[in-house]
Amino acid sequence: MSATASAASPRLSRRLSAWIDSVGVVGPGLPDWPSTAAILAGATAFEPTPPVLTLPAILPPAERRRTGVAVKVALICGHEAASRASRPVTSMVSVFASSGGDGDNCHAICEALASDDRLISPTRFHNSVHNAPAGYWSIAMATRAASTSLCAHDASFAAGLLEALTEIASRPEAVILVAYDAPYPEPLRSARAIPWPFGIALVLTPTAGPTTLGRIEAHLAEAPATESADPGLERLRTTIPTARGLPLLAALAGHEAGTVALDYLEPLRLVVDVTPADGVASTTIARSVPAAARPAGS
Amino acid sequence: MQPLLLSAATLVTALGTGMATTLDALRTGRSGLARCRFETVDLDTWIGEIAGLDDQPLTGDLARFDCRNNRLAERALAADGFAAAVAAAAARHGPSRIGVFIGTSTSGILQTELAYRRRAGDGSLPADFHYAETHNSFSVAEYTRRRLGLAGPALAVSAACASSAKVFSNAARMIAAGLIDAAVVGGVDSLCLTTLYGFNSLELVSNQACRPFDIARNGISIGEAGGFALVEAVGAHIDPAAVLVAGIGETSDAYHMSSPHPEGAGARAAMAAALAAAGLTPGDIDYVNLHGTGTPSNDAAEDHAIHDLFGDRVPVSSTKGATGHSLGAAGIVEALILALAIRHHLAPAGLNTRELDPALRSRYLLSNLETRIDIGLSNSFGFGGANCALVLGRADRLPHVRVVH
Repeated sequence: MSATASAASPRLSRRLSAWIDSVGVVGPGLPDWPSTAAILAGATAFEPTPPVLTLPAILPPAERRRTGVAVKVALICGHEAASRASRPVTSMVSVFASSGGDGDNCHAICEALASDDRLISPTRFHNSVHNAPAGYWSIAMATRAASTSLCAHDASFAAGLLEALTEIASRPEAVILVAYDAPYPEPLRSARAIPWPFGIALVLTPTAGPTTLGRIEAHLAEAPATESADPGLERLRTTIPTARGLPLLAALAGHEAGTVALDYLEPLRLVVDVTPADGVASTTIARSVPAAARPAGS
Repeated sequence: MQPLLLSAATLVTALGTGMATTLDALRTGRSGLARCRFETVDLDTWIGEIAGLDDQPLTGDLARFDCRNNRLAERALAADGFAAAVAAAAARHGPSRIGVFIGTSTSGILQTELAYRRRAGDGSLPADFHYAETHNSFSVAEYTRRRLGLAGPALAVSAACASSAKVFSNAARMIAAGLIDAAVVGGVDSLCLTTLYGFNSLELVSNQACRPFDIARNGISIGEAGGFALVEAVGAHIDPAAVLVAGIGETSDAYHMSSPHPEGAGARAAMAAALAAAGLTPGDIDYVNLHGTGTPSNDAAEDHAIHDLFGDRVPVSSTKGATGHSLGAAGIVEALILALAIRHHLAPAGLNTRELDPALRSRYLLSNLETRIDIGLSNSFGFGGANCALVLGRADRLPHVRVVH
């Protein structure tokens, strides 16, 4: 409440923490978490082959038929994280973060509205809401738990992670974060070029569990963003907002304590100290590593 | 939850600009709805359009953000002394300690719809189309952040018609977590062809001014609106008459993408959660501002949920007959109308409703009720089964709040 408070960032340095209980991934050449972890740990080479978007049988047939790319990406990675988690997701608050939602659907509506008859399908319209994946998720998981659907343009991944961390800070219960993006077709693609569908889901818990991959502690600061060492992964990171989270996954896959700085609203980064489950004792070492000193994927 | 102090507010709806104008319209029972003449829309419906936005482009440093939605945001930010109140808060707390959380369902999509009509021979969009600053859901939050010179966390919540009720929850969590001391929350949604033709495709728009809870109700009247509130952690000294956000309840229907649960199960759970968060019971509520859209199924489901919790004791009304349904902005519009109701002892009548549907059992107000409203509740429900209920109340009537002069 000091009248002398300034814009300087030290006062933003409040730290929030959680345990990563499980991960789900879907993207080009990254079909699931085990394959992604192997690539990020350097054990397998990265090849950006088109992602296969096969929705698991978690929706009633009527809803299943109506899903587009964005809903599929969100539900595929969300379902993987749920199936790897140590506890049921049905009671979990969910946070959905996307920079833009369903590009195909948006294009089809704008094209119809620019035509003479302006007829748009009811399904396209209800799928146009940014929270469509959250709606389908609640139906698929039969959960009435609270859900947030947010957007922060290129900062959407870190905004979603920050939101999930504040959920845990205000109420010590598990949270599932589902970050996802889907490409726009032309002509919107020229204005907003997202090359591939991409999704990352994390189950975050307030305490460690049997499947815990690691502990994270995050704060906002001005710092250079952590880059991916592999040029192909770095291209994903810089062109797909959800893939801005890859350095965090790389740190979890590397089984080594470290700090990653994830893109947030300029000039801020979400600086995340990561302590893998097999190295929890070294938390203090992790804190001493300067932001971005350890490139992810190395 | 830790209550939030509602320390400044601004509102622009089809009723006009400013909180005082809104209050005056509610007192006199004036509606802002009129037959649709928006853009080239050829639908037989009524809308709540805000006059003069076409003539007020954004200029200067933020000209790239120019679109109907951000013009509407600007009109609200410039009203009610709001920008000055935020500047004072920024001087107190620091600009990085104030978050910006804005609800919208369609953001500046009208700009994209118009750009699609102006596609070149090769199909490309015109060079003056700025995706990030107009189309993207975050654009209105980024515009607000830059316009107010804030440097803290920010996001847009886009959960259909519950969006700008839910932003209070984002603010409450981030304040509770200690990341920020205050937040600018709000909602802005402007008329566009996507929502007019989209709701029409679902046969949910009325061909008359919407009549919530009427036996002949047949759909919504789409409106546009922008509203903002400055919320802060409650300090050691608080005015007993200050209005606080005391409880927030959020649930998912898990039922259908565009139809509510017929018995309003998710809606009821959201209201119960908001009451529990505030440490209150249904008996403490003096008035409920309904979501009350005017479609047969929405009103029936909400009535079911209301009657389950409150019986027919609590006066309720929908103010959408006055403002129209401003979709992603409806949450902030109705939270601020509830704040006016508390400050000015006025439970506003639902307009346009001539004959109450006898199948609905809540105590729906057909005329203004001038009575003390110390604690009230506001409902917002959206596609995807997103439900949010807010409890607002006078500081001296709420549990867990110590009033010290």
